[in-house]
Amino acid sequence: MGKTIAEKIFDSHEVDRPFPDVRVLRLDRVFCHEITTPTAIDDLVRRGKDRVFDPDKIKAVIDHVSPAKDEKTALQGKILRDWARRHGIKDFFDIGANGVCHALFPEKGFVRPGFTVIMGDSHTCTHGAFGAFAAGVGTTDLEVGILKGVCAFRTPKTLRINVVGKPPAGVFAKDIILGIIGKIGVNGATDRVIEFHGPVIDAMSMESRMTLCNMAVEAGATSGICQPDERTVEYLWPFIRGEYASRSQALADYSRWKSDPDAEYEKVIDFDVSTLEPLVTFGYKPDQVKPVREMEGTRVDQVYIGSCTNGRFEDLEVAATVLKGKKIHPQVRGILAPATPEVYRRALESGILTIFLEAGFCVTNPTCGACLGMSNGVLAPGEVCASTTNRNFNGRMGKGGMIHLMSPATAAATAVAGVITNSPLYAK
Amino acid sequence: MKPFGGNVLFLDRSDINTDEIIPARYLTEISKEALKPHLLEDLKLEGFDPARDLAGKAAIVSRKNFGCGSSREHAPWALEVNGIHIVVAENFARIFRQNMFNCGMLAVELPGEIIEELFRTFGKGATQVEVDFPHDRLTFTSGKVKRTYPYRLNPFDKTLVEAGGWVEYADAKY
Repeated sequence: MGKTIAEKIFDSHEVDRPFPDVRVLRLDRVFCHEITTPTAIDDLVRRGKDRVFDPDKIKAVIDHVSPAKDEKTALQGKILRDWARRHGIKDFFDIGANGVCHALFPEKGFVRPGFTVIMGDSHTCTHGAFGAFAAGVGTTDLEVGILKGVCAFRTPKTLRINVVGKPPAGVFAKDIILGIIGKIGVNGATDRVIEFHGPVIDAMSMESRMTLCNMAVEAGATSGICQPDERTVEYLWPFIRGEYASRSQALADYSRWKSDPDAEYEKVIDFDVSTLEPLVTFGYKPDQVKPVREMEGTRVDQVYIGSCTNGRFEDLEVAATVLKGKKIHPQVRGILAPATPEVYRRALESGILTIFLEAGFCVTNPTCGACLGMSNGVLAPGEVCASTTNRNFNGRMGKGGMIHLMSPATAAATAVAGVITNSPLYAK
Repeated sequence: MKPFGGNVLFLDRSDINTDEIIPARYLTEISKEALKPHLLEDLKLEGFDPARDLAGKAAIVSRKNFGCGSSREHAPWALEVNGIHIVVAENFARIFRQNMFNCGMLAVELPGEIIEELFRTFGKGATQVEVDFPHDRLTFTSGKVKRTYPYRLNPFDKTLVEAGGWVEYADAKY
């Protein structure tokens, strides 16, 4: 019988099977940030086990609150920084080189098809865009990952979603994933891996695939996975050119991580995007989605463009297309947080930042910041934010605030109008 | 092993996320104890008052998809420092459930009709739960009403609770 991508990765990484449905996997990557790692470090020190399994497989970044906003966040940064130094973790990204983890680490070429990746962050599923099994974990799993290079998982079943049809102009990966979550629900893929297939995925950029996989966890999924193809190889080529004689050789090697034609899925869902409209969330759960059309006219106080979901270059580029030559509404605060220094630099050099600045946006440094109500754009009670982030949970961006999730194009158009509205890129 | 059982808090809602259990603004704390006053501070539930409703509680009964969202282990920690070592629900988000067992705490899943019965029978008055860990049974008592329900734990999760958590287990084994 054929295997799914996750099954192939599980079989090739299994260290132990302590119980029939529990697999302990060898880890290729353990990613760390300053919010969930310091408590793990603290515990390891307390236990007299201040060691790391392999400093080259551990990558760390200060991203959630950067620059530090107070003594507590400064201390979290310091604990991570000191730990990285004393264990010789070379790939540690501090201020000036830091960015949102799930945008920064792919950009550095740290994730490859067939890899196992964990991080103390639920949006780790983003890295499945490279054909990897990447899962968010808690601090204890992270701690064991750091110490032993292993993590236990129940064998996940796989849900296959075929994204078919031709998306209308102005409909983006964000709209597609919001549509999928709206269809299957916030609990629709719990303990499952989602494999994304179909012509729409094949035609997607790696950045769009990351947006898609990023929000797999909002449907409860352990990981979202796209199978590796030419685009994956092209994205990774600067990092792998020493390993392979040619792109086609790399592709041939990576193709072992595609699912088999006779792989068995728990469920197969066809999601047709031909008539999909730009979407927006309306409640406090990411599966509460509506066409933008039905929310048209909803007043917003702030527009936030950034995060591990939609803070990459492609996202800024689309938003800039909408903003070019326009001013944002006088009662709207526009905040742009490019996800990484590289995104920032490219946006600067290509003139995109100028478009944002002339439109009246505030451009911040790369950080997770406002997405989880930590810094850089927290809402006051009763305020409404149009946001390209991933969670509209009650209080997420500030107690008493309301969040409407949407694509960068819709967010940019909303900033100009002052109310939720479709972008001119969307042709009805 | 931690003590399990005591007064029950009923939270009649599905999809209670970890931002509601412990908001991100408290994730800058390194000590678990500092999370104590903020448990369920942002919970969206009509009539819920954390200060009043959490007092003396040692267990939570809720609906579907409890603990969805962020991977923060601060959510189980915030429960732990408030003396709540067991959550009973129809099902849990994967990371939250694993975090509970990794900390040696219990995340018990019961079928939807039993959860419904618990809310109907015990949801209104003062209720206690007794946990028979060796035999996988929960006994709920409210006044004269007393009912026992068997539950099933994945043997790995049960082993983690007995071992005192995943760090001890993994360090001894791998």
